[in-house]
Amino acid sequence: MRREVPLLITAVVGITFVVKYFVPHFPFNRMDAWFADWFSIVQACAIVLGALNLLKLSALKVIGQKSGWGYALVIILSFMLITVIGLAEGSDYRDPGTSFDWLYVNMFIPLSATMFSILAFFVASASYRAFRARNYEATVLLIAAFFVMIGRVPVGDVITGFMPEGYRFSDLAIWIMDYPQTAGQRAIMIGIGLGVVSTSLRVILGIERAHIGTGD
Amino acid sequence: MKRTCPTRPELSSRQFKSLLAAAALLLIFPGSLLAQQTFVQTDTITSADTLGVQYTPAPPQNVVAMDTPNDGGGSIIITWGPSPDDFDGGKVKLYRILRAEYNGGQPGEFTEVGDVPSGKAEYENEDGNTTDDIMYLYRVMAVNRMTNEAGEIEEYTSESPATDPVTSSAQWFDSRRINALVGVILLCSFIIYFIQQARAGKELYIRKIAGMEAVDEAVGRATEMGRSIYYVSGLGDMDNMQTIASMTILGRVAELAAQYETHLAVPVCRSLVMVTGREVVKEAYSKVGRPDAFKPDQVHYLTDDQFGYAAAVDGMFVREKPATIFYMGQFFAESLILAETGNSIGAIQIAGTAMPAQLPFFVAACDYTLIGEELFAASAYLSREPKLLGSLKGQDIGKGLILIALIVGMLLETFGIWQFSNLFSVID
Repeated sequence: MRREVPLLITAVVGITFVVKYFVPHFPFNRMDAWFADWFSIVQACAIVLGALNLLKLSALKVIGQKSGWGYALVIILSFMLITVIGLAEGSDYRDPGTSFDWLYVNMFIPLSATMFSILAFFVASASYRAFRARNYEATVLLIAAFFVMIGRVPVGDVITGFMPEGYRFSDLAIWIMDYPQTAGQRAIMIGIGLGVVSTSLRVILGIERAHIGTGD
Repeated sequence: MKRTCPTRPELSSRQFKSLLAAAALLLIFPGSLLAQQTFVQTDTITSADTLGVQYTPAPPQNVVAMDTPNDGGGSIIITWGPSPDDFDGGKVKLYRILRAEYNGGQPGEFTEVGDVPSGKAEYENEDGNTTDDIMYLYRVMAVNRMTNEAGEIEEYTSESPATDPVTSSAQWFDSRRINALVGVILLCSFIIYFIQQARAGKELYIRKIAGMEAVDEAVGRATEMGRSIYYVSGLGDMDNMQTIASMTILGRVAELAAQYETHLAVPVCRSLVMVTGREVVKEAYSKVGRPDAFKPDQVHYLTDDQFGYAAAVDGMFVREKPATIFYMGQFFAESLILAETGNSIGAIQIAGTAMPAQLPFFVAACDYTLIGEELFAASAYLSREPKLLGSLKGQDIGKGLILIALIVGMLLETFGIWQFSNLFSVID
């Protein structure tokens, strides 16, 4: 039963959602909203598990003085602080001017922005490795990247300013992005689409069952 | 020659009778007749007749109301021929849609239900404010707006005649999606056929996927080095197909880790993924006879926040220096942050995602990358189970058909022979 019931539910819901795509009639036209609600409810219950797990692991690290326990302490303190402030401010805790909002705007957003900005440096280091002309493919990539990058900055058109309209670096960059790049990306997208259909069918038919923890 | 015109006295008589009837109607029903007039004015107009003629737009023509096709009911489409005064700088500023219920052959009172700017000739009450099986009449009013000397806005309007009664209804099939239905049936048929073939014992050739071939090597490397394996399942939740595919690969990686007695850590950013991941890893450990080695906290939750998650995982990478890292699932901007950090600590990295925008980052920073569909093929590839391999074969046949359609379509479209691409337009 432990295997059959989840598989049966998966099959019924999966087939229902396939049918839903083609049938606009009630109740199929409401299913997206109903299942989104159910998913939110299950998710909301599960978040407690996640939060408790995070606190438990962090607490064990601090108590055991394990490697990186200082970070775990920061997690616990931050968690407690934001939870207490959020609860104390009631349902309006997200309004501008509240302490919760202050913490969000002045701590959370800058920290997130910091992580995001690191991406710029990682792009540089990854590009350096990717654009080394080690073989034929990498050389093509390097040349294409050169034209796209130079075509996206004003100096590109300054260099090719003597060329007629439509033959400058910016036009070449647009052409590379619109044709070879789009064609390649669409090929990947078609493969992904077929892969999703195939995997969905395996899940619906119960052939693929590793995701419900029942092995194969 | 005497010329006579015998019909003339009769015509004059008819005209006279008509005029008399009109005058009588005017006297008896002045209110109702005014309501049918082509313009309604605000109370500040002076010399109304002159202004009315000057500013009142001609009414829209050929107004037709019909049930919106291929919908779930509650919607009616109204189309009309534009007013002759609907042009740039013309008298029509907008069209106002009026609706009345039609019960027992009697129209109710017309009320406004919406408006559209001039230049348009269609209105659909997408908000679903009609009730199925109730008959409605519609009128479309052309509206001109002027500001008078006192700064007040005055409207000059003219209405079309009422449409025939119409009712909204729900349909049981969206005919616009018939091409998708044919595609799904074809693809599913191929997949099921090849699954049956595989069940019957037919040998199926599957090309090598370098990233999958390297899984054993990557786990073995971590074992030799005595370091951990990290498995990152991305930002997707359990409603995402990439995450489901990721969980199946996790099962295989967990089996290998259990066999080699290597520590496997699975930091996740969704609670439901944590619950599922634990079940998958536990099952894998049991399968290879090492249930005792499984610790629930191997699969642990960090945060739902994208960059908070990236920061936490990066921190673990830097502190614990795992020998092998898997990135399988749905990734966004954090992909490169994670993969570059993993690269900096010298870990062997295998990534797989169906996010085209993140693939270049993984290709640049990881040792092996499963591109798009390879992620979905991974579980079949790793398990080598005939039924799963059969589904891959069916998928390949679908891909072959699409390739043929692309070539044929490219030729037909290039020479403008037939609008072939229209066959593949899909309504979202």
